[in-house]
Amino acid sequence: MSAVVAEHDDHHHDDHAHGPEKGFLRWIITTNHKDIGTLYLVFALAMFFVGGAMAMVIRAELFEPGMQFVEPHFFNSMTTMHALVMVFGAVMPAFVGLANWMIPMMIGAPDMALPRMNNMSFWVLVAGVLLLASTLFMEGGAPASGWTLYPPLVLQTGKALPFAIFSVHLLGISSIMGAINIIATIFNMRAPGMTLMKMPLFVWTWLITAFLLIAVMPVFAGAVTMLLTDKFFGTSFFDAAGGGDPVLYQHIFWFFGHPEVYIMILPTFGVASTIIPVFARKPLFGYSSMVYATASIAFLSFIVWAHHMFTVGMPIAGELYFMYATMLIAIPTGVKVFNWTATMWKGAMTFEAPMLFSIAFVVLFTMGGFTGLMMSIAPSDFQYHDTYFIVAHFHYTLVPASIFILMAAGYYWLPKWTGHMYNEKIGQLHFWLSVVSVNILFFPQHFLGLAGMPRRIPDYAVQFADWNMISSIGGFIFGASQLLFLYIVIDTIRGGTGEKVTDEVWEDAHKHGLEWTLPSPPPYHTFTTPPTVIPTEHI
Amino acid sequence: MSSSETYYIPHKATWPVMATIGLVTLLAGFANYLNGSSVGPGMMAVGFAIFIVMLAGWFTLQATESESGLYNTQVGISFRMGMMWFIFSEVMFFAVFFGTLWYTRNLSVPWLGGEGIGAATKELLWPNFDATWPTNGPGKLVDGKPTSNGEFEPMSAWGLPFLNTLILLSSGVTVTWAHHGLLAKNRDQLIKGLIATVALGFLFVMFQAIEYHEAYTEMGLTLGSGIYGSTFFMLTGFHGFHVCVGAIILSVVLFRSTKGHFKPENHFAFEAAAWYWHFVDVVWLGLFIFVYIM
Ligand code: HEM
Ligand SMILES: [Cu+2]
Repeated sequence: MSAVVAEHDDHHHDDHAHGPEKGFLRWIITTNHKDIGTLYLVFALAMFFVGGAMAMVIRAELFEPGMQFVEPHFFNSMTTMHALVMVFGAVMPAFVGLANWMIPMMIGAPDMALPRMNNMSFWVLVAGVLLLASTLFMEGGAPASGWTLYPPLVLQTGKALPFAIFSVHLLGISSIMGAINIIATIFNMRAPGMTLMKMPLFVWTWLITAFLLIAVMPVFAGAVTMLLTDKFFGTSFFDAAGGGDPVLYQHIFWFFGHPEVYIMILPTFGVASTIIPVFARKPLFGYSSMVYATASIAFLSFIVWAHHMFTVGMPIAGELYFMYATMLIAIPTGVKVFNWTATMWKGAMTFEAPMLFSIAFVVLFTMGGFTGLMMSIAPSDFQYHDTYFIVAHFHYTLVPASIFILMAAGYYWLPKWTGHMYNEKIGQLHFWLSVVSVNILFFPQHFLGLAGMPRRIPDYAVQFADWNMISSIGGFIFGASQLLFLYIVIDTIRGGTGEKVTDEVWEDAHKHGLEWTLPSPPPYHTFTTPPTVIPTEHI
Repeated sequence: MSSSETYYIPHKATWPVMATIGLVTLLAGFANYLNGSSVGPGMMAVGFAIFIVMLAGWFTLQATESESGLYNTQVGISFRMGMMWFIFSEVMFFAVFFGTLWYTRNLSVPWLGGEGIGAATKELLWPNFDATWPTNGPGKLVDGKPTSNGEFEPMSAWGLPFLNTLILLSSGVTVTWAHHGLLAKNRDQLIKGLIATVALGFLFVMFQAIEYHEAYTEMGLTLGSGIYGSTFFMLTGFHGFHVCVGAIILSVVLFRSTKGHFKPENHFAFEAAAWYWHFVDVVWLGLFIFVYIM
């Protein structure tokens, strides 16, 4: 292992150690933020398709009433594993990958603050996901309790239980290390002149997300540790006979779980706030209010968790408190949606793929926010809870929001990363297919839920048949359309349209962010000398 | 903000991959062991060995780099931030178990006893349950199994636990004394202070082992003694584990001190170990108040 001190005055000493390692080993022992970012993104994309395949199993089984393809237990394993793989294997790692690639370039730093730990957090993630995936092949099957792993149901899992629990520990360790790295990078590695209130919003939202991660991943780890001891060591944390309470698990889980959903959405907000101004050719409307709104959402996310538990039998004071607190979140969220809209207002807009996905995000995420608001009304939620209405709500906040924005980020930054332009025609096709099919897929689930169809069941009453079939058709189209994205990514890496992209790629992008002042693709090491001019057009 | 004139970037890291392999082997082995598979213990041993080798290798590397002056102020700040946020994550981990203790004592046990929303529960399920603390629950659990008259004796605060409080508090003083020695370039004081701290740390662990032994053999108090036993051993057990880890880290720092490492302006490892130790100390005070006294 060698260590190199990159001098300011560009000594070309030790030059061989500056480039990437040759061969495959490069990817295993790398400490370079761009390499590690690539690893995260590729891994996340792979897991997106693994999780997607599980979703296809679910939608195939639900295509018609009656049992068609899979055993009920396996069906429930699929809903559980689909969620865990998507949350911990796809969405979170994808955003960490973006953070790795972009944060150092956006703040003018040479790399992440703790590069060796950066390597470790990626490999621990892989280990965690592999451990989780291994449970699919175990006696008794993969966990089938839902991703929330509620006791006592989850304690009936077969051999998979301790493996699933340890995989949660590993995923937690990975996330915490990643988050610590991001915080240290943002606080300690900014170029001179890059004050906090000049940072692109992607950096801001990640800073706050990292804080959420460090605060709640240990909580989840603690909760599953108690599941482990309840199962194997005779404790009774979640067993009323010993004085414990299964509802306690739900409180702890959602103390983690609600901030967790914001861990997936805050970086989404950040990317949207980065892309929209560039294609509206205007500064972001209300930069500082965006920062404060993000911070408020993060704060509120800690004090609303029991809106997931309205029907569990809480004291009435608890129901009321969590109802009103949850409603408060709509305020900072509304500020954000207003700001994005105002940014586009009278802008000189163009509609390349990144912008299309971002606009769809603003509209469709708002849908998810509205249904969230409906469910926050405790007495109404008694009707919605554990129905397909919930499934529709959170898929609107995750698929056409987080996933769409990840697609947008891919289109937006791929030319920078690879130096090649992606195929805009196919990108547009991908967008229109996705945006139409995602609504065919999830909108009918609102109707199903309101009509009373429960979630997490492999079979249903015939009155739900029509909307389920439509939803499944939407699902298959959506799933197939994502192969276009895979094609575009591979095609762009291998040369794309063949047109050589400029440093700024998008018109006047260099006024919005430091990454656009670098060559496309950027050299292996960037900003070994800090930049002198800090762009402020994004503010 | 970068105030330093050079950036430090390490290239190529082999230890992290090794750490991952060690960790996942250890955990997969443990899971196999829990499932009653015979390969479990072997896998655990291999994973643990890899992990220890990795720790030794990685820390030696960092120490060598630090002593050869590769780390500038900026790197030092990154390390310190890393440690601070790591300790914050540990605080949240302990918060879960303190929260659990609070919830059971103030909500779930009273509810089982018929308070508030629990009126019907008591009437229908556990009419004879007397909701007092400490409790092994309406099922009177012994070793995790319901019994008709299971009893245990709760741990008193004023024997070994009180002694352990004094021990940990004084170890906080000795480590600060050692730090003063380091800053004043008084190596003798540094080493003596660290020896005292490490010794007090291991003494604490020994007393706790004795306490556990008594609990299991004489008081009928085990992990399976209902919610009191669960919270008692979970909180004190994880804390005891952290004391062991902290004492081992301090031993490494002690060893490095005898080798002449650390300067008044460059001693991140010492600081990190001391912060960790104070954190363990504060957790103990919480335990002493909420688990033992109240
Ligand atoms: C305006 C903001 C939001 C409000 C008021 C809100 C409210 C709620 C409520 C009350 C529930 C529980 C419904 C029930 O189970 O009966 C819920 C569930 C859920 N929400 Fe939201 N939500 C909001 C935004 C989001 C966002 C941004 C995400 C993710 C990015 C999200 C993800 C989820 C998930 C995953 C669940 C279901 C969890 C489960 O039971 O498996 N929500 N939401
Ligand atoms: Cu929530």
